Amino acid sequence: MTTSLKIALLLLLSVVLQAAVLSGVDILGGAPDLVLVSVGAVAVYRGAMVGAGAGFGAGLLLDTATLGTLGESSFLLTLVGYWLGRYGETAHRGPRRVPFAVAVATLGYALGALALRFVLGQPAPAYEILIATLLQTMALNVALSWPISALVRRLAPPAPRARSVEGVGSLG
Amino acid sequence: MLLLASLVILSVYFRESSAGVLHRAQSLGTSALRPLLVAAERVAQPFEDGAGWVGDLVEAKSENARLRAQVEELRQQLIQNETIRRDNIWLRQQLRYRDSPSFPTDYRALGARIVARAPGRFERQVVIAAGTGQGVRVHDPVVVASGLLGQVTKVAKSVAQVTLLTDETSAVSALDLQTNASGILRHGQSSASTLVLDRVTKDKVVRPGDVVITAGWRVGRLSSIYPRGIPIGVVTSVGQLDTDVYKQIEVAPFVDFGSLDSVLVLIPKGRRR
Repeated sequence: MTTSLKIALLLLLSVVLQAAVLSGVDILGGAPDLVLVSVGAVAVYRGAMVGAGAGFGAGLLLDTATLGTLGESSFLLTLVGYWLGRYGETAHRGPRRVPFAVAVATLGYALGALALRFVLGQPAPAYEILIATLLQTMALNVALSWPISALVRRLAPPAPRARSVEGVGSLG
Repeated sequence: MLLLASLVILSVYFRESSAGVLHRAQSLGTSALRPLLVAAERVAQPFEDGAGWVGDLVEAKSENARLRAQVEELRQQLIQNETIRRDNIWLRQQLRYRDSPSFPTDYRALGARIVARAPGRFERQVVIAAGTGQGVRVHDPVVVASGLLGQVTKVAKSVAQVTLLTDETSAVSALDLQTNASGILRHGQSSASTLVLDRVTKDKVVRPGDVVITAGWRVGRLSSIYPRGIPIGVVTSVGQLDTDVYKQIEVAPFVDFGSLDSVLVLIPKGRRR
């Protein structure tokens, strides 16, 4: 099975589990976001292009599964996938990076979602998202990032990094 | 490119009608995902039940004593109510009284399982495993055994989206069963599961402990999408400020929005599929 197919199946499973099970979970006011964590882990290990593609696909699937506003999640998750992919490319793509990246992505995703909904003229309860539930959601996502990170590393090992330029010499 | 594609999809989806290309594509996609969602929900159900069982066990003893006392009280009330109900039917017949659709006599209830929930904390919405194929339409009221849950806001062939009462966009015309004070019930600010009965003027009487039900109004051909008489919740606090025109009334819903697994969609009798 090719790596792309494995990533696609992982994201499909994440979306199904998120929509059917995890969105109904309430732990101290927060709910884990498996799709965000999966996209984040894929992006850190596989780079910006794969991360953006994974975010776009997973977002569309999520909006379809929940009959939500089509394009909303894909826009935000594409951004998350791209930026975490860039982070993975510039920093060492190790498993220790994923929880930190996921924590930052959770904050960025919440801010981005609030801004997007404000622009679209939809209710954007900032207090509930940023004060009442953000820390709990962040902690749950970070906890979830360790097993997901290990799974992604096993299914889709990090792409080999381009050899860095060690020095420049003049010809002749 | 992908960001641009997302923005184009978002813009077109917002502008087009519910019969547009993207809405139809989404509807087909949701129907295709439905078996996976149902399977995942069924696999997770025993675990959710187990967690709920442990939680319930802690409160079971004190709740049992309270419910026994309540049964006695309700038994006496039932006898009184039966007499009043018969008088009511007889008087309506004498007056040839014309009423708006009422619950549950003018509706048939369609049971449906919840297969998905909206991610994040923005929307309070669930997706149920029944759609146009089963006779469900947009704005159909949705209830559970304990009371009103919300209404259908989007519908596909085999699934439908239900927006819960606790969503920011929900509002229901409601009245106090004991005093007949009417207002608009909507999402509260203090917590996600609290509701607020707004637009109740200060001259109306509302007391903590009063039961709030749907008002089910009718003006000419227009009528409320919710039939009269569906229980919503109980008043927990009443306050008023000198500077405010309306009372501030908080209502605790009868429905536990955190532990839903199936719902009843109220479909008007006589509607064709």
